[in-house]
Amino acid sequence: MTGRSTIVGVDVGGTFTDLAWFDEGTRRFRTAKVPSNRGDEAVGFIDGLRRFGPVSEIGAIIHGTTVGTNALLERKGAKLGLITTRGFRDVLEMRRRDRPQTWGLWGDFTPVAERAMRLEVSERTLADGAIRQAVDLEEVRAAARALLAKGAEALAIVFINAYANPANERAAFEAARTVWPNDHIAFSAEILPEIREFERTSTTALNGYLQPVVSSYLGKLDRALAADRFAGSFHIVQSNGGVMSTAAARKFPIRTALSGPAAGVIAAGAIAAAAGVADIITADLGGTSFDVSLVADGKPALAAQTTIDFGLVVRTPMVEITTIGAGGGSIAHVDAGGLLAVGPESAGSRPGPVCYAQGNDRPTLTDANVVLGRINAEQPIGGTLSRLDVAAARSAILRHVGEPLGLSAEAAAEAIVRVANAKMSGAIRLVSVERGHDPAKFTAVPFGGGGALHVGALISEVGLKGALVPRYPGITSALGCIIADIRSDHVQTINASVDGLDGSALARRMDEAGRAARDIVAASGLAMERIDVLFELDMHYIGQTHTVAAPLELGLDDLADVSGPLVRAAFETAYRKAFSRLLTGIPIRIVNLRTAAIGRRPAFDLKALAPESGSVEAARRGSRQVWFDGGWRSAAIWDRLALPVGAVVDGPAILEQPDAATVLDPGLSARVDGFGNLMVERG
Amino acid sequence: MTTLDPVTFSILTGRLEQIADEMDATLYRSAFNPIIAEARDACHGLYHAETGATLVQGQKGLPIFVGAMAFAVKAVIDKVAAQEAGGRGGLDDGDTFIFNDPYAGGTHLNDFRLVRPLMRGGRIFAWLASVGHWLDIGGNVAGGYNPRAEECHQEGVLIPPVKLFRKGVLQQDIVDILAANSRVPRSNWGDLNGQLNALDLGERRFHALIDEYGDGVVMAALDAASDRAEALMRAEIAKLPDGAYSFEDYLDNDGIVDERLTIALDLTVAGDTLRLDFSRSSPPCRGPVNIAYSTAVAACYVALKHMFTSVPANAGCLRPIAFDIPGTTFLGVGAPRPVAGYTETILRMIGVVFGALAKADPARATAAPFGTINALSIAGHRANGDRWVMFSFFGGGLGGNPQSDGLNHANNPISTATIPPAEILEASYPIMFTQWALRPESGGAGEHRGGLGAIYEIEVLDPRGADVSLLGERGRHAPFGVAGGGPGALNRFTFDTDDGPKEPPMASKITGVTLKQGQRVRLETPGGGGWGDPMRREKTAIDKDAANGLAAGSRPA
Repeated sequence: MTGRSTIVGVDVGGTFTDLAWFDEGTRRFRTAKVPSNRGDEAVGFIDGLRRFGPVSEIGAIIHGTTVGTNALLERKGAKLGLITTRGFRDVLEMRRRDRPQTWGLWGDFTPVAERAMRLEVSERTLADGAIRQAVDLEEVRAAARALLAKGAEALAIVFINAYANPANERAAFEAARTVWPNDHIAFSAEILPEIREFERTSTTALNGYLQPVVSSYLGKLDRALAADRFAGSFHIVQSNGGVMSTAAARKFPIRTALSGPAAGVIAAGAIAAAAGVADIITADLGGTSFDVSLVADGKPALAAQTTIDFGLVVRTPMVEITTIGAGGGSIAHVDAGGLLAVGPESAGSRPGPVCYAQGNDRPTLTDANVVLGRINAEQPIGGTLSRLDVAAARSAILRHVGEPLGLSAEAAAEAIVRVANAKMSGAIRLVSVERGHDPAKFTAVPFGGGGALHVGALISEVGLKGALVPRYPGITSALGCIIADIRSDHVQTINASVDGLDGSALARRMDEAGRAARDIVAASGLAMERIDVLFELDMHYIGQTHTVAAPLELGLDDLADVSGPLVRAAFETAYRKAFSRLLTGIPIRIVNLRTAAIGRRPAFDLKALAPESGSVEAARRGSRQVWFDGGWRSAAIWDRLALPVGAVVDGPAILEQPDAATVLDPGLSARVDGFGNLMVERG
Repeated sequence: MTTLDPVTFSILTGRLEQIADEMDATLYRSAFNPIIAEARDACHGLYHAETGATLVQGQKGLPIFVGAMAFAVKAVIDKVAAQEAGGRGGLDDGDTFIFNDPYAGGTHLNDFRLVRPLMRGGRIFAWLASVGHWLDIGGNVAGGYNPRAEECHQEGVLIPPVKLFRKGVLQQDIVDILAANSRVPRSNWGDLNGQLNALDLGERRFHALIDEYGDGVVMAALDAASDRAEALMRAEIAKLPDGAYSFEDYLDNDGIVDERLTIALDLTVAGDTLRLDFSRSSPPCRGPVNIAYSTAVAACYVALKHMFTSVPANAGCLRPIAFDIPGTTFLGVGAPRPVAGYTETILRMIGVVFGALAKADPARATAAPFGTINALSIAGHRANGDRWVMFSFFGGGLGGNPQSDGLNHANNPISTATIPPAEILEASYPIMFTQWALRPESGGAGEHRGGLGAIYEIEVLDPRGADVSLLGERGRHAPFGVAGGGPGALNRFTFDTDDGPKEPPMASKITGVTLKQGQRVRLETPGGGGWGDPMRREKTAIDKDAANGLAAGSRPA
């Protein structure tokens, strides 16, 4: 710990770098937004930090990054070598024998390590952990040297059944390390000691693929920070929404794959919790996609696995973010069968919507919002364009949607918005109704630039309770960096029957994993109130292949209670919640043990964000015509940030601020709460 | 008829599909056997109240079922009508039918269908159905793929459409009959419950949606969706040049008689309609590669849907298409002709449709995919006497196409199945994979070569040994190339004996092989056919294959 009391969250996105600065001593809060410098993100990063004064006075920096995600999506990782068990070098390329789409047989796949960069060695471990053939260490060293000679910058070692016994893999790792010139080397049991060879191979290989990229990026940031004499702590947000050290990020870069978006969900959850709202659905509408995430009872839903792109599977716990192809740049078109569709094709941010006048002439969702007066054409958000071309947007909508469907430009624009709203509502239903949650208990929390344009429809179509628009929707992810807890996750395949379970043996493994995770968190150097250690078992009826996650309500000090009946009860509770029927009489198996240590950060006082003064009348910015439900209405325009605590605004109205706009449909009203949030509800 | 505005139509189209998707997901997650849970050998949807025609399907449903389910629902409709006519009662709210009759609704005995009416105000609005592949339903060979069957009674127990639930009450007698006729009753019970979970969920969701929009509006949207699919299919067909295009391909044999079987297609394009005539194909055969008419139509549907991917999955897309699939061929048989190996026949049919369409439009052509499921079962007894059955399907290469090389190690066009991991199989059964690899040089030569097949080699670890059986194809007739591309490699299966490795006399079909501890089987699967003249293949692609030890681009045709 340093004596400095300021902490800065930095979220580097594709276009902008957002920063949130907080002084824990004076409770002061500031934000900044600077252009990102693609390719050399350190420039924007340091520029942004300097907005708050000398970088040397900052106590801690916590960073949400998309460097890993972009390297995966754009295939710009390192040249990777892979050493496998003899007979299995093609696992990475063979995947799980899938194809890109259900319908259509075209498409191919290039693995991150080509076949020539994958070498085999003699060794074999069986499924029960028995070593059938010890690994030949000279062969391993020779393979490592050969890969090095072929230009490998990183090395991954994956042996079959290493989850059951990592001895051969670990020995190979130690041997390879003696000839490997850098730290970019890993073995699968260290990255993911879990059954399923493709998922483990893919995760380990992608980790290696990212290691040089992420290390070099963090090295650049370290050097730039050192040049400004920064002496505080520097942490990275993981995909699971927790924070880890930069040392851990260099070793496990794959855990940063969803770093930035995860921080946004964490912040939305914290903002809502402070406002007394425990159940939320976050809604982030960007240029090409709409991301939703569910936070029930204050806890973000976590997914065990995600697919970055066809065949690029990452299996590490991450905040579950459901993405659909409906963003502001999504193109609206009528197909040969007369169906109006919005997306998945997108005009992105370049050339962007028609109204940007940058060469695209096919109408987008943003164009529809502009034509309907929902977006202020004279003051585009983001600040790079001076005004939007409404006439061009109008004629594009008329030509591509209005004429084929026999609708006026306004009616066609409204149709585009309704179809987009239906897609967004579908995504929200997917994470709520379809997982057994009642949407009427949930509040939408839109963040990013566009989400708040559509809150009215989300409330009415899905039947949500209301919406909470954070005071600064545009910097939610940066804020999340400050708020996020410190976290370390670990998974281990157990494969033990619950009948005749050796409770003390399981307790020993839990104790070992729990202590290891806790020690990592304790070493973080950030202020914490306490460290919680959580255990979860992936279980199923013997015969099933999918599992249900059963949380055990036990901490590190209660492990003497671990027993077969306790584990069975936890499973049956979780299974009944997931499916309607228990299957009595069929034996139950524990597949994996999941351990998480969470260092709880001191509660962040979000009151720091609230407006200090102002009056309702001073915030009024006149009115303009906005299209609602088939006709033009006069809507009041408000300067959102100038509204004081307690102000109430009724729809139809538009609340504008530099990085977002909130549309209040007729029949909705919004109140500014004590934190500066807008609480939107039905009349 | 309620009028439907275009926006509501767009919205309802998405919402309806979403419900079917959710039914699929519910079964995958709660199923017991990996063929459903991992390989997704299942499908759900909503079907027309009077005709059984497909109204809504999930996007992940097994492609072949998407085509076959309409026939299954029709079988239930006919059964209800027959019962009413015979004074034996009709249909009640809370009824659910169960059956696996392959001649009334297609495919084979392992596929169990549940069909339930969606009742609105005392009348049937539509049918909900679920189908999933159960692990074992009796018969001579564990897992059902009996390559020696000469009638369906040797393939397992056949259940005609019967009521599993009467007015919401489970008929335990039927469950008991099913349990007594399977080697793995517990697995089947788990899968049945998973399918019921999916139907329960679908029923709740559809009712909620119809309550929200009204019966008339939803019905109008369903009609409009079929019309739209028809319009899109007609638009695709109209792009093909008018004319007659013929194509033939062969099955190695039927597993009983070692003679090749011909699938011959005469395809006619006339304006925006298609005629698919299979009359010149071989007559019904003794072994289990016959198929019923409904299965044959479903296979053509799958082939066309892979060609015309933007056409939605409902019955409307079949309206512009006429079929000639007479009962004088092995593609339109009735009971009790054996059908367990139906997958091999429909895969060849799909290839033949690709082949004929390639003649009509080479620029959109796809070369033949590997074309066999290789249903391999390895079974034995554990020390305590319990039976174990390892059963899986294996991957191969897809065909080269105008866009790229064929995909290496893919699933078949009739399925979206993922393969169970070697580690899961090794943890579950006393076997060990000694190789799980791409098969070099197995893709057909071409400007864009065929995707590579795979090599799987498995050793028996159990001291009691194991019995092996295989139902596969492409041992003698390789996956064809198109537009000048060459054929992929043949399927090859070898098994250890005390006298060294041997191959089955019927190429890729055998049962009754006994392996001792330490002995192995080796399966080398076909690659896809190549697309385009191999001489036009780019040098970088040839060099890359050579560097990777695949050297496939220069494989002689």
